[in-house]
Amino acid sequence: MASDLSPVLECRGISKFFPGAIALDAVDLALYPGEVHALLGENGAGKSTLIKCLTGAYRRDGGSIILENEEISPQSTQDSQKFGIGTVYQEVNLLPNMTVAENLFLGRQPTRRGLISQKRMLEMSRELLAEFGLSIDPSEPLSTYSVAIQQVVAIARAVELSGKVLILDEPTASLDRDEVELLFSVIEKLKARGLAIVFITHFLDQVFEISDRATVLRNGRLIGTRTLANTTQTEIITLMLGRQLEDRIQDRAPAETGDTLLEIRNLGRRGMIEPFDLTIRKGEVVGLAGLLGSGRTETANLIFGAVQADQGEVLLEGQKIALRSPREAVSQRFAMCPEDRKSDGIVGDLSVRENIVLALQARQGWFRPLPKSKVNELAEAYVKALDIRLASLDMPIRLLSGGNQQKALLARWLATNPSFLILDEPTRGIDVGAHAEIIALIERLREDGMALLVASSELEELVAYSNRVIVLRDRQQVSELKGDEITTTNIVRAIADDPLAEAV
Amino acid sequence: MMSSSIRATLRRVTPQLIILAAVLFLNFLVFPDFFRVEFQNGRLFGNLIDVLNRGAPTALLCIGMTLVIATKGIDLSVGAVMAIAGAVAASLVVDGYSWQTALLGALAVGMLCGIWNGILVAVLRIQPIVATLVLMVAGRGIAQLVTEGTILTFVNPGLVHLGSGTVVGIPTPILIWVFLGLAVAAIVRKTALGMLIEAIGINEGSSRMAGINSRVLITSVYLISGFCAALAGVIVAADIKGADANNAGLWLELDAILAVVIGGNSLLGGRFSILASLIGALIIQSVNSVILLSGMPPEFNLVIKALIIIAILVIQSPTVKHALYIIRASAQPLPSEPVKEAKESTQ
Repeated sequence: MASDLSPVLECRGISKFFPGAIALDAVDLALYPGEVHALLGENGAGKSTLIKCLTGAYRRDGGSIILENEEISPQSTQDSQKFGIGTVYQEVNLLPNMTVAENLFLGRQPTRRGLISQKRMLEMSRELLAEFGLSIDPSEPLSTYSVAIQQVVAIARAVELSGKVLILDEPTASLDRDEVELLFSVIEKLKARGLAIVFITHFLDQVFEISDRATVLRNGRLIGTRTLANTTQTEIITLMLGRQLEDRIQDRAPAETGDTLLEIRNLGRRGMIEPFDLTIRKGEVVGLAGLLGSGRTETANLIFGAVQADQGEVLLEGQKIALRSPREAVSQRFAMCPEDRKSDGIVGDLSVRENIVLALQARQGWFRPLPKSKVNELAEAYVKALDIRLASLDMPIRLLSGGNQQKALLARWLATNPSFLILDEPTRGIDVGAHAEIIALIERLREDGMALLVASSELEELVAYSNRVIVLRDRQQVSELKGDEITTTNIVRAIADDPLAEAV
Repeated sequence: MMSSSIRATLRRVTPQLIILAAVLFLNFLVFPDFFRVEFQNGRLFGNLIDVLNRGAPTALLCIGMTLVIATKGIDLSVGAVMAIAGAVAASLVVDGYSWQTALLGALAVGMLCGIWNGILVAVLRIQPIVATLVLMVAGRGIAQLVTEGTILTFVNPGLVHLGSGTVVGIPTPILIWVFLGLAVAAIVRKTALGMLIEAIGINEGSSRMAGINSRVLITSVYLISGFCAALAGVIVAADIKGADANNAGLWLELDAILAVVIGGNSLLGGRFSILASLIGALIIQSVNSVILLSGMPPEFNLVIKALIIIAILVIQSPTVKHALYIIRASAQPLPSEPVKEAKESTQ
C-alpha cells in the first residue's frame, strides 16, 4: 500500500559523528502516510541518535531530511514540531500537577477578551480526547490518571501540535497489557488519519502486532527495512544482532565442571523477573541470553543482592545465605561487574588505584585500611596482569577508555578473590583488543575453577565461552542450552520462539 | 612517600592560604597592631588570638560539615544542635552535676541528633537539606524546652573554663578545635574512612555495588557532625556562662557551609580536605575581624562581609580559575600568588 504513495518524510544518508565514534553512518529512512514504522536495534545501534537528528535535538553532520518534498533542518524540538514532527517519550514529559486540559493547551489556550477561557478549553479538550476514544474529565490533574492515559494525552498534544509525523519512543515500556491495547487502539486511529508513526520499542511481539514495516539499525548503520507481513521474528532478530548464523563447531573444553557452588531456588521479584531456578558449578560459565529488557540484568542484580528478591532462596555450597545487599553478596565472595559501568561501576573521580582496591577495602571495613604498600602492589599487579593502559595509577578512572575502565573493574573484583563472578555485558562499548582479552580472561578464570554468570547480547561471545546458556524472554527463563546445543542459531530460535504464536 | 603526601596537601590548600594571608593583610592595613601578641596574666592576648578563639565554633562545625558535604549531603541542623547541647550542658550543671557529666551529656545528645539526621538521610532516603531542616527548625524549640524558656545561666568553673579558660596560656577553645580537627583529619586519612566517604559522595550507586555499607557510613558522618556541633554549643554556652536557646549558634550552619565551600570542597560531594575547610573558617573569622577593626558603622557589616565573600568565591570559581590558568600558561610562568593577591586587595 505504501509504494503508490510518496513518503511524507524521507531521510537520506543521515550521518552523525561524535568525538571518536560514528553514531550514524548514512542512514536512510522513509515514512509513508498511514503507516506504523518500527525502528529497531540493540542499545547503541543509533535509534535515538536518528530520532534526535529528526527532531532537531542534534544537528546532523550529513544527509538531508525531506518533508513533503521540501528539505528541512529543524534546529530544535519546537522547530520540528512546527514542521509537523511530534515526539512522545517513555517518560511522559507533561506537567503532572496541571489539569489534562491545561496540559493539552498549554501555550495556546483559547482566550476570550484576553483571558483564558476555562470553559472553552475544557470543551475543546473533551472533543479532542473523544477523537482518541478517551472520555475522561479534562479538569482533573493529569497525575490522577494512569501512565497509559497520560501517554495518550501526550500523544494527543503532540498530534495537535504537529500532525504529520508522530515518533513514539518506547511508549509501552511501563504499561501493562490492557494499557498497551488502549495505546494501540489510539495508534490505529492515527494511522487511519494518515499520520506516519515511528514506533520504537524492545518488545518484538508489539512490533509485529502494530507495525507495517520495520527498519533495523546496528552500530549506526542501516541494516535493512522489511515489510513485516512477510517477515519472521527470527529474521528480524538476526538483523538486529547481526550474526551470520553459520554454526561453527566450537572446540569447547568438555564440560568437566566441578561441584555445585550455588543453587538458586525460585528466586524472583514481582514486576521485575519471574521466579527461576539456577544451579551453577565451580569451573562453569553460565551464559544469559535474551533481548534487551528480557530480564538478563534483572537476574544478575537479583543474585548479587543489588535488588532484593521478594521470594525464593539461595544456597551456597548447600548453606542457605542471605543476599539483601551487594555487601552481603561480597562477604560471600560474590562479585559483579554491572552493565552500566558509569553509574554502577566506576567511582569516576577516585583514582584508578583507589577504584581497584575499593571492593576489597569495603569488605575489610574502614577501620582496617590496606597498607599503602599492599595497595600499590595489588594495583600494579592487576594493571600488569590485565594490561590496563594508563598514564598513572593516580589518574581519575573516568579518564580511562571504556575497555580500560572495564578491566579496572575486573581488577577490583579479582582483588577480592571471588568464588562467583557475575559479568553483565562485560564487552559492551569497549574496543576490539580489550574485547578479546576479556573473553580470554573469562576462560582463564573458568579453568581456575571460578564459577561465572555472564549476561551478554553478543551471541557469538556467549557461544564461545559458555558451558550452558540460559535464554530469557519477557522476564522469564524460556530455555536452557547445553553442550553442542549452544549455537547462535539455537539461541536466536529460543529468543524468537513465541509460545503465543505457536498456540494460535 | 610521606613528604610527597605533605606536598600534595600543601598544594591542595595553597589557594586558601593565599586568601587567608590576603585577608590578614587587610586586617593589618586597617589596624597596624593586628599581629601583635602579648602575654599578660598567664594568657595570650592579641587580635590574631581573638580570630583563632572566636573562630572556634565555626571551625568545629566545619569539621563535621566537611564530611557530611563529602557524602553529597548537608547538615542545616548544626546551629540548632549547638543550642540544644548548650542547654543540656547548662541545665545539667545547674542541677548540680559535674562539668564532666554536663559535657558528656551534651555530646551524647549532639550525637543522638546526628544519628537522627543520619537515619532520615541514609535509611529513609530523605534529601539531606530537607531531613536536616527538620531539626534546624525543631532544635531551637527543643532547646527552649530544656531551658524552660529562659536564658539558663551558670557559674560552674569547670564548664566556664571550656569557653573562656586557658591551658598554658592558650585559650581552651583554640586547643579544642585544633586538636579535634587534627584528630578527625588523621582518622579519615589513616583509615580507609576518607576514601569510602569520598566514594559514596562521588557515586553512591557504584559504591553500594562495590560492597560499601553506605547507610552506616552516611549515618556516621552525620553523627560526627552532631558531635562537633555539640562541642561548639558547649563552648559558646561556657563562653557567655549561659545557654541562650534562641541565639546560640544562630545562622552558624551557614558560616560552616561557607567555610567548607571556601575550603574548595564541592557541594556535590567527593574529594574533601578538612584542613582546607578549617582555613576557610579562619578566613571567615578574619573577615569578621576586618569589619570590626576598620571601625565601619555596624550597619555596613553584613554587606561588606558579603562583598568580601563574593570576591573570594569569584576568585575560586571555575571560570576565573580557568582564565588564570590561561593567563599563566600564555604569559611567563608567573607564580599564582601575585595574581590572586592583586585581585584580592582591589576589593
